[in-house]
Amino acid sequence: MPWSKMDNQRQEISQFKARLWLALFFIVLVFAGLISRLVYLQVWQHQRYVTESDDNRQQLQAIAPTRGLIYDTNGDLLAGNRASHSLTLVPEQLAGGRRSIDKVLAELAQVVTIDEDDVKRFKRRLNQPRRPYSPVALRFQLNSTEIAQITVNQHRLPGVKIVPELVRYYPLDEGFVHALGYVGRINDRELAKLDSINYSATHHVGKLGVERFYETELHGTVGHQTVETNARGRVLQVLDRFDPVPGKDITLFLDAQLQQVAAKLLEGKRGAIVAIDPRTGGVLAMASAPSYGANQFVTGISQSNYQALRSSDDLPLFNRALRGRYPPASTVKPVIAIAGVDSGIISRKYSIWDPGYYQITEGGRLYRDWKEGGHGRVDMHKSIVESVDTFYYATAHLMGNDPMTKYLAQFGFGQVTIADQPEATKAVLPTTQWKRINRNASWFPGDSLNLGIGQGFLSATPTQLATMAMVLANKGQWHQIRMIKSIDGVAVEKVSDIGRNDPKQPENIVLKRSSDWKEIHNAMIDVMHGEIGTARRSGANSSYKIAGKTGTAQVLGIKQDEVYDAAKIAERFRDHGLFIGWAPAKDPVLAIAVIIENGGGGSSAAAPLARKLFDAQILGIKDEEQAGDKNGG
Amino acid sequence: MADFQRWAPDARKHFKKGPGLWVNLRLDPWLLILLLAIMSFGLLVLYSGSGSSEASVHRQLIRYGLALLGMVIITQINLRHVQRWIPLLYVIGLLLLVAVLLFGVGSKGAQRWLAIPGLPRFQPSEIMKLVVPLTVSWYLASRPRPPQLIHVIVAMVLVLVPVILIAKQPDLGTSLLIGSSGVFVIFFAGLLWRYLIAAAVLGSAGLPLLWMGMREYQKQRVITFLDPESDPLGAGWNIIQSKIAIGSGGINGKGWLQGTQSHLDFLPETHTDFIVAVLAEEFGLLGVCLLLALYFLVLVRGLMIAGYASHPFDRMLASSLTLTFFVYVAVNLGMVSGLLPVVGVPLPLVSYGGTSAVTLMASLGLLMSIHARRPQRT
Repeated sequence: MPWSKMDNQRQEISQFKARLWLALFFIVLVFAGLISRLVYLQVWQHQRYVTESDDNRQQLQAIAPTRGLIYDTNGDLLAGNRASHSLTLVPEQLAGGRRSIDKVLAELAQVVTIDEDDVKRFKRRLNQPRRPYSPVALRFQLNSTEIAQITVNQHRLPGVKIVPELVRYYPLDEGFVHALGYVGRINDRELAKLDSINYSATHHVGKLGVERFYETELHGTVGHQTVETNARGRVLQVLDRFDPVPGKDITLFLDAQLQQVAAKLLEGKRGAIVAIDPRTGGVLAMASAPSYGANQFVTGISQSNYQALRSSDDLPLFNRALRGRYPPASTVKPVIAIAGVDSGIISRKYSIWDPGYYQITEGGRLYRDWKEGGHGRVDMHKSIVESVDTFYYATAHLMGNDPMTKYLAQFGFGQVTIADQPEATKAVLPTTQWKRINRNASWFPGDSLNLGIGQGFLSATPTQLATMAMVLANKGQWHQIRMIKSIDGVAVEKVSDIGRNDPKQPENIVLKRSSDWKEIHNAMIDVMHGEIGTARRSGANSSYKIAGKTGTAQVLGIKQDEVYDAAKIAERFRDHGLFIGWAPAKDPVLAIAVIIENGGGGSSAAAPLARKLFDAQILGIKDEEQAGDKNGG
Repeated sequence: MADFQRWAPDARKHFKKGPGLWVNLRLDPWLLILLLAIMSFGLLVLYSGSGSSEASVHRQLIRYGLALLGMVIITQINLRHVQRWIPLLYVIGLLLLVAVLLFGVGSKGAQRWLAIPGLPRFQPSEIMKLVVPLTVSWYLASRPRPPQLIHVIVAMVLVLVPVILIAKQPDLGTSLLIGSSGVFVIFFAGLLWRYLIAAAVLGSAGLPLLWMGMREYQKQRVITFLDPESDPLGAGWNIIQSKIAIGSGGINGKGWLQGTQSHLDFLPETHTDFIVAVLAEEFGLLGVCLLLALYFLVLVRGLMIAGYASHPFDRMLASSLTLTFFVYVAVNLGMVSGLLPVVGVPLPLVSYGGTSAVTLMASLGLLMSIHARRPQRT
């Protein structure tokens, strides 16, 4: 080997070794870089990543409290909770993210039935503000087949979840909705008003009636749990948990059986029945017809069904018992009579000669009695028993507005006296001031005459009429009118016991001569049981005494916006039949008001229903077949 | 001692053991111990990363066994005797790569596997990890050193043809490894610095061209790497989650089988490319440093073997294989810790998977073979 080549080789080897050292230096450099990166991540930024790691795996979940139950006075369940499975999507977890929603919906539609309505409502919910990764409901009340279908296909439907929840259930449904109200999905407007923390897991809120008024008590307090989840949001273990406090159970005075009787009596009619226990003021029955199913509102009623309910001429959504404003007609006559004698404007012996009409001035307008030719000599007793209009024209003419409206107000007219039905309306008690403000006119004697027979500007709800019946039955003794009997076993005498505002309630009525009550009571008993009483057919053959008063309200006209329908209009011009009363006459346990729209006279349309209701409550006859047997004997 | 030797000249033979098993098997005990240590540690992490799957550990053990066997066999080969077959291997390798592009099978939009009836499915690109450095070493060993420009160009062509074929599969990680293994051979052949600098300048000028040639998903990876938060639930997920895993591990780690990121499925590919994130989460900075120390010793040993080698072919091959091993470690750790874009490079001897283990062991076998045939110092 030549020297030069040896040299060359030696040089090459030393050059190679130099490059090996260089490589080693480079390796050390890179390793140092990697280690400093690790130090940066694991030491310098350690806390930050610990937090992120915990955030990753831990989620705080709110747990909805179980809504309190609603029982009737006998402990029968009126509103419970049942498990319902809803189909939900977590848009963030869908295979293709939010953009693929339509595709996923199409795929789902092959597995379970999803109609356009569902999709429409789903999209609406999707566009509402919501927390990321929270499920959006698509369908409710999945049946077991559908649950199975979805579960089988779960693997190809990431982000699709079946969520079980407890939802409100009304076992007796339709006949009770106007008494109980219902719960429904929380909407935007409610969301803004509700306590966002306490309702963070709640999807339903009381929308109407008792459910709405006792929302605070029924809802309970939210619980929460910290859960460990995996990357797909599946809960692996619960790290800690604070149980929610379930809502309180409430018991109403409502008697489910009586309510069902009332609902049945109203079947096929338009009208309302309100029954109050005069000893307590508790509402035993509150029915309004036609009615509708409450359960469909819990999970969200379909647009078409809702439209059908809204556009029905019979206004099934309208709560007649609380909001229907009817002329009370002759049912106010006992109160007008009391106003007359107690104010001293007429004496108890006051009587008139009834030619069948009344005139304010000689030769003026004729205010007609319902009976052509008149009733002859009429005193107070006869005026109530036969419901003589002329007597009240004369009495009202003597009194004028003031004593009448003052006494009517003492019986609850023109104000809301029911404590726990937020939808109740006060109707109209036409004082002179009222007329000046609302009609921009002064009070005329003719207005007094109309008021004297419960017509004209005066209107009242069935609940107010039942209240009047209660006060009459109690000889002036008031109780707070309320649905609630007890909360979690603790009796509620007034809603102020549970921190709510009591409605303004008139003082107990103390007559100057308490024997006047007896006069009125006797007259009202003779309405039912006297030979010429207007409701004698309804009072016949009863083993207990009833006190009552019928009323027949003229329908003055039809509303302008009502669609013209010849056949219907004839029917809608018919009189409203009314009845108020209580039984047993001496120791009343039930005071009621019955109103049948366009039912004709009170004695034929309303009083028979009242009798059946009294039988049901007092004799315990809660269905039709029994009614004949017991009364026959 | 000298006296003792004088009157017992054969004593040395009796007192000192013979060449021993290591020498007879031509295995390097240092490398062997180091890689067994890495494998054991790897199996521990794999058990956790695979979700306590004993089956995965069993399969990996079998692969390791086969790979060790392959390593021992390769160690027995005297490279000088088979040198002349290297070009043939190279040509066969290229044909297989073409076959992959034409008939290959695969998943996730990449076509990497070749299913020849009667043979187990395999990735021809893995074979090229050995064949390319062998070929370039063979080519440059018989040329004057430092290599002349024409030879450098030929060598580059030898490297680039398989690299482009593999990049077309597409398999960015493997083509990167093979490309660098070829470049290392050229570098250790004594490539003049001026060529190196010129190449660096040309290379950076060619970056935009490379960008244009990239597939959409590869571009996406680069974009995501530069700004992982831009797509936190999509492509950025891997990087973000693995950084969280590493960072939350801290100095001491959360403890074996206690990693929440991996066990709750936040971390992707916990038993393959991202296994070091599991290690960092559960064993902390100390655990990663231990593994890095083991790798560092392997690299030092590899460089020593290269330094001891006498023949230019041996020198080039040994140094190139060692540095390729280094690229594995650096790229994998770099991508998992968010320093480099996500290219599919496994963590050597730890990531789950048979093919890469076999290739890596084979390359270590080549190193051992080179070492066994070094000139003995006397």
